[in-house]
Parts: sequence; structure tokens; C-alpha cells
Amino acid sequence: MAIEPRVSPAVVDPLEIAGRTFASRLILGTGGFPSLDSLAEAIRASQAELVTVALRRIDPSQRGSLVDVLDDAGVSLLPNTAGCSTARDAILTARLAREAFETDWIKLEVIGDERTLLPDAPELLAAAESLVAEGFVVLPYTNDDPVLARRLEDVGCAAVMPLGSPIGSGMGIRNTYNLSIMREWVSVALILDAGVGTASDAALAMELGCDAVLCASAIARAQDPVAMAHAVRMGVEAGRLARGAGRIPRRLYAEPSTPGEGMPDLAPRDDDAR
Amino acid sequence: MIVHLNGEPLRVEDDATVTALLERVNLGPPRRGIAVAVDAEVVPRADWDEHALSEGARIDLLSAIQGGA
Repeated sequence: MAIEPRVSPAVVDPLEIAGRTFASRLILGTGGFPSLDSLAEAIRASQAELVTVALRRIDPSQRGSLVDVLDDAGVSLLPNTAGCSTARDAILTARLAREAFETDWIKLEVIGDERTLLPDAPELLAAAESLVAEGFVVLPYTNDDPVLARRLEDVGCAAVMPLGSPIGSGMGIRNTYNLSIMREWVSVALILDAGVGTASDAALAMELGCDAVLCASAIARAQDPVAMAHAVRMGVEAGRLARGAGRIPRRLYAEPSTPGEGMPDLAPRDDDAR
Repeated sequence: MIVHLNGEPLRVEDDATVTALLERVNLGPPRRGIAVAVDAEVVPRADWDEHALSEGARIDLLSAIQGGA
């Protein structure tokens, strides 16, 4: 059993978005889980309190209700605009999500390219501005671009959610420096949204100063999603603690951790002939 | 009259409302997790009983799926 911190970090250090607080700094994406049962189990292991859902035309053959599973898990829903490629579609989808889930929180995704799923910055910014004006709490999925992050905060977004690398790629954080700059520039919640491949990526995001991590594919498509949910949760917690603890600077050369003074004289005597 | 539900033609009563349509496809009574758009405009839940459909209306009936990111 690992040594527990003196006080659970969540107790003294909750995540805050738009006036709501969350003990968990891991947000779970629901895409890609092989079944509703494995999703429910992974939610428990992740201890996530906020999970994403998408909206699609009702499939009459669909078995089991996702909303019922999520309600049973006691989590809050964060609807997204997955699949939208224009501001117009994203705004309409957000309004539909507000009707369906009785929440004005929206994870705004406006995709500009099918192969990379990278955000379309002008459409994203336009949609964010409109939705904020309509009273939505907007959490935009964005590029790892500090200037765009600042613009999104300026138009009133409640968080900024940069990618580490493309959605589902598992490539981790490709530009740690941009993420560090964003941390300096943005005062709303900074949430790493895409690219996590394993627990250490989540830890690195938190060490770089992210307030939370959203993880979907890395957990859902792992060989053991429940074990990975647990691992990513611990990665997030470890990274948050490490960020607060303050890491040592990187040095090119060694820095002895043991003092040189007081060493015994172990040199052979001159007359100690062998 | 004929309307289009999620892209498929469907015959409904001439005075059908959104609520009547939902019952027709066994989705009444209204529950959480469902949203309705008619001709690309959101129809708020509170208006479902009153909102009359017109000939050729395009209705999108949506629910939550696993998704995202």
C-alpha cells in the first residue's frame, strides 16, 4: 500500500470551474468503452465526477440507457458537440444538449479536419462567443496555442481545454512548452483534453500546471480499462501533488546528495606493501 | 401527412404534435436525455405538447451516446 499524503489533495485542493467544485481532477470521456458495464466500472475506478456524452439520432436498437447508467454512477454530465465542423452546427447541438440534459455546461468541439480532428480556430472562437452570450458555461477543446487560449478566455469561456496531441492518438503531450505558456497566461481552468496514452502523460500534464485532465481513449481502449482508469487517476493525483511540491531544477551535471566532508581516510599506507 | 423523422419518412396524423410523434415511436412520456429539433430549430421540452408538425417537417430526435473527448 502506498503512503498516503497527510491530507487527501482533493480535500484541500478541489477543482473549480464556473463556481462549481469537484474533488476529482480527472474528467472521463465515455467514447470507446466496449460496453455500458465496463464504462460504469471504469467510472468507479477513475473516481471521476464529470463525464462527457455526445448527442446523436436515437437508435431504436440501442440497448440500455447511457443516461441511466451515468445517473446511477452519480456523475454530472458534460455534453459535447463532437462531430460538429461549423460554429452553426455546434451552437445548435449545444442548445439541443441543454434541452436533453438540463445543463448549460457544454464541451465545445468544432473540428476543422477529419484526419487529425484538430480544432477549427475561427469557428471555435465564434461559437464560444455566441454560446457564452446565450448563457452557456463553455469549455472549449482547443489547439495547444497560447494566443487562442487567451482569446477563448477573453470571450468568457469557463475553462480552456488544449490538446496534448490528436484525439485518440495516445501521443502524449507534444508541446510541453506551449502548455507551460498557457498556464502562465490563462487564469480559468486549464484542462488537458486529448492525447493521453497512459498514466504518465496525465501526470506530466498536471506537473506542467494543468488543473485537470480529460481522458477517454487511453482508458476505454486499454486492454484493461478499469485498471487504466485507476492508473490515470493516480497519475493525475501524483502530478498535482508534484506540481505543488515543486520539482528540482534540471542540471547538466550531477549534484551530490551526500556531503563530501567527513569522509574517512581510506587511502593505503605508504608502507602497506602487498 | 408525411414527416421525416431522423431522415426516414413517417406517416402521422395531420394535427400531430411533437408529443404525439414521440408516442407514435414509443418514446413517450418525455424523459430526460432526449432532445428534439424541427427543421433545424430546437423545440424546448415545454413546447412539445403544443408544437404542431407540418407536412414535410424534418424532425431530429436525439439522445445521449457514448462520445468524447
